Amino acid sequence: MFNELLQSSVLIGILYSGIRLAAPYLFAALGETVAQRAGVLDLGVDGIMLMGSFAAFYVVFETGNLWLGVAVAVAVGALMGLLMAVISVTYQAEQGISGIGLYLFGLGLSSLLFRVMIGSVKGVSGFPILRIPVLSDIPVIGEIFFNHNILVYLAYLMVPVIWLLFDKTTLGLKIRAVGHNPEAADSLGVSVNRVRYFAVIFGAAMAGLAGATLSIAQLNVWQENITNGLGFIAVALVYFGGWRPLGVLLGSLLFATVNALQLWVQVKGINIPSDLAVMLPYVLTIFVLIFASGRVRQPAALTKPFERSG
Amino acid sequence: MTDNLLPTGLPRIDLLEMRGVVKRFPGVLACDSVDFDIKAGEVHALLGENGAGKSTLMKILYGLYRMDAGEILLNGRPVQINTPTDALKYGIGMVHQHFMLVDTLTVAENVALGLKSSRGPLLDLDKVEARVAELSRVYGLQVDPKAPVWSLPVGVRQRVEIIKALYRGAALLILDEPTAVLTPQEVDELFITLRRMTADGHSLVFISHKLREVLALSDRISVLRAGGLVGTTRNENITRHELARMMVGREVLLDRNKAPVKVGETLLSLNDVEAYRVTGTRALYNLTQELRGGEILGIAGVSGNGQRTLAEVIAGLREVRDGNVSLLGTDITKWGIDKRIEAGLRYIPEERMHDGVIQDFSIAENIILQDHVRKPFSRGIFLDFKAIARQSQKLVDEFRVKTPSIDTPIKSLSGGNIQKVILAREISNAPKVLIAAQPTRGVDIGATEYIHERLIEQRNRGTAILLISEDLDEVLALSDRIAVLYEGQIMGVVDRQDTNAEALGLMMAGVRQENLVEMKAADR
Repeated sequence: MFNELLQSSVLIGILYSGIRLAAPYLFAALGETVAQRAGVLDLGVDGIMLMGSFAAFYVVFETGNLWLGVAVAVAVGALMGLLMAVISVTYQAEQGISGIGLYLFGLGLSSLLFRVMIGSVKGVSGFPILRIPVLSDIPVIGEIFFNHNILVYLAYLMVPVIWLLFDKTTLGLKIRAVGHNPEAADSLGVSVNRVRYFAVIFGAAMAGLAGATLSIAQLNVWQENITNGLGFIAVALVYFGGWRPLGVLLGSLLFATVNALQLWVQVKGINIPSDLAVMLPYVLTIFVLIFASGRVRQPAALTKPFERSG
Repeated sequence: MTDNLLPTGLPRIDLLEMRGVVKRFPGVLACDSVDFDIKAGEVHALLGENGAGKSTLMKILYGLYRMDAGEILLNGRPVQINTPTDALKYGIGMVHQHFMLVDTLTVAENVALGLKSSRGPLLDLDKVEARVAELSRVYGLQVDPKAPVWSLPVGVRQRVEIIKALYRGAALLILDEPTAVLTPQEVDELFITLRRMTADGHSLVFISHKLREVLALSDRISVLRAGGLVGTTRNENITRHELARMMVGREVLLDRNKAPVKVGETLLSLNDVEAYRVTGTRALYNLTQELRGGEILGIAGVSGNGQRTLAEVIAGLREVRDGNVSLLGTDITKWGIDKRIEAGLRYIPEERMHDGVIQDFSIAENIILQDHVRKPFSRGIFLDFKAIARQSQKLVDEFRVKTPSIDTPIKSLSGGNIQKVILAREISNAPKVLIAAQPTRGVDIGATEYIHERLIEQRNRGTAILLISEDLDEVLALSDRIAVLYEGQIMGVVDRQDTNAEALGLMMAGVRQENLVEMKAADR
């Protein structure tokens, strides 16, 4: 098995899959990073992704228009985010519980809509591979990095975009301040709740986009619970990444690559129980979180609703 | 310099008036038609006890609260201030008691927060940094604009707060208890800065409950009590005693005479103790100190210099990494908390609401927290509610705790009364050693007076008391000996009658006692 793994074509294949599979994690985890940096833990990511992936799939199934599918997924994600923001920011409900509620809502509603509106498992033709001219001709590198569909490129583009948002914009400064010391931000006339609404809705829109990536750019089908807990992994990746875009990128790549490896092991029919192989990335997550805890500094006001006090 | 313009180039506020301000919170009248005014170039002090309404009144002026009735006039024109943004627009800034700084951000980022940038959505930190540097030069407020706030000492953080307000164009600055966290020397420095600001035409509101400082800095003084204005007076026309009487509403004893007591044997000793904070930073370095029966040893120091760890190490709440602690000659370093309590060690923690009581429990339940497993409060596995009620009622009466009943949840009591319950619990068993950490912080003058009286009474009957306090006046008023803690080390131990605030202040800033003597010699 190991000899085979070390063949260059197999390695390239696994790395290629790793890059590709990281895309939905990136969208979801970067979005969640924005929400958490503003102080809101949105555990509903998986439910939002389910709704986004279904919405994108349905639109493409009916119209064949891929970009319309993406737009609708983003809009549906944003709506779910609005719901989360109303519950957790305005009504100050406990964030962990409301997030789980939002997840269950998304899981149930997407399954119901699927049964009513589509009924059986069908496929669509998703985003095609977009070979980047010249770059994709570089041996090995071109094969691994420049031979993907456009949503994959977009996911990686979001890493510097989010970094710029945090470090170079006034909005990013507000987000960081609101997540760390909302009283201070409030005393300077920053509307804590408005910033948090933006962050939660933005994060959820990204989760919607992550869902669309699954259903119309990777799997090109839709089934109930298509995300299979991917949204929860994305939340873990935010912790792993230390609330920084670059850390989230590393985490997503690591996780997706292990996942790709696991898929290859399954496909090869190597003598490991497939359930064990499927568990591998999740076990890795747990270990990584044990390592990450205590090492990184989380936003001090994370999960704490803001209320002006006397 | 042009008349009527501040060094920041903005106009001064010639007159600001608040008229008939009323503010109600559920169950409390926080401001009862209060009038207040301030002129350019003036320091107007707002004096009052905790809960007198000083901060509420100023939070209304700064737009954090809305008043229920009343009006605000700026140079004679009525203005609406509904948010801090409105206040800043009119040139009103505020430095809060608990600093409003995001410690993960740099100085410049804290200043830029919430402001429009010259580059639209992108930050213009270079410009902000340059302007901060300029302000710090003009006003003599030394600060590095690029430094992250967490790396700055408290005194510097306060400068950042002042710069933040000046940057936003504050002509009138509200300072809420600005000296609470400073050493006496830092207070002097702050006062120099503030005088410079008023000389330049700024108006300053100085909120405080410290009589001495109010008298040292202010032009006019307004005293608030229970939400109402007791009176406004010019500084020259009033003494410290008169102010205290206005503040409390009756005669108070400001200076306390302690009868000398024969000091007993050593009851508690720390030998070469080394300990760490939760965060993993070292809090105490090879600390050695003895505490004898019948004395109050005051621990002076600026907040965050290891006081809390010191108390916790003795109480058994924090691990001793190296060295040992002994009580009555027995090494207790490895003892659990309960065993220490049993041996006569008692602890009044500084975080009253967090470590001192269980907020939702009744007074009676809080009184038996440590002793519920002991007679007479329990028999076998059952609690004896009659004995508990008897003891609780006795203590509530004896310590004059103002409460409807012993079954009232403790969180509904005032800070002073909660502290009385804790004090009653900790001293009712005739402790051998008592650790009192910030025993009167946030407590009104009346309760403070009472708590001090009881602590001295304990000392007189032979208890060894370790008084940890950031209030230097309190340390000076109660202690027989004073040790100064700076960055986890003791800078020196002095007898109360041989020292003064100035010498202690230098040690609080990190000067060792032996060097202090040299400095004095050099002066001569």
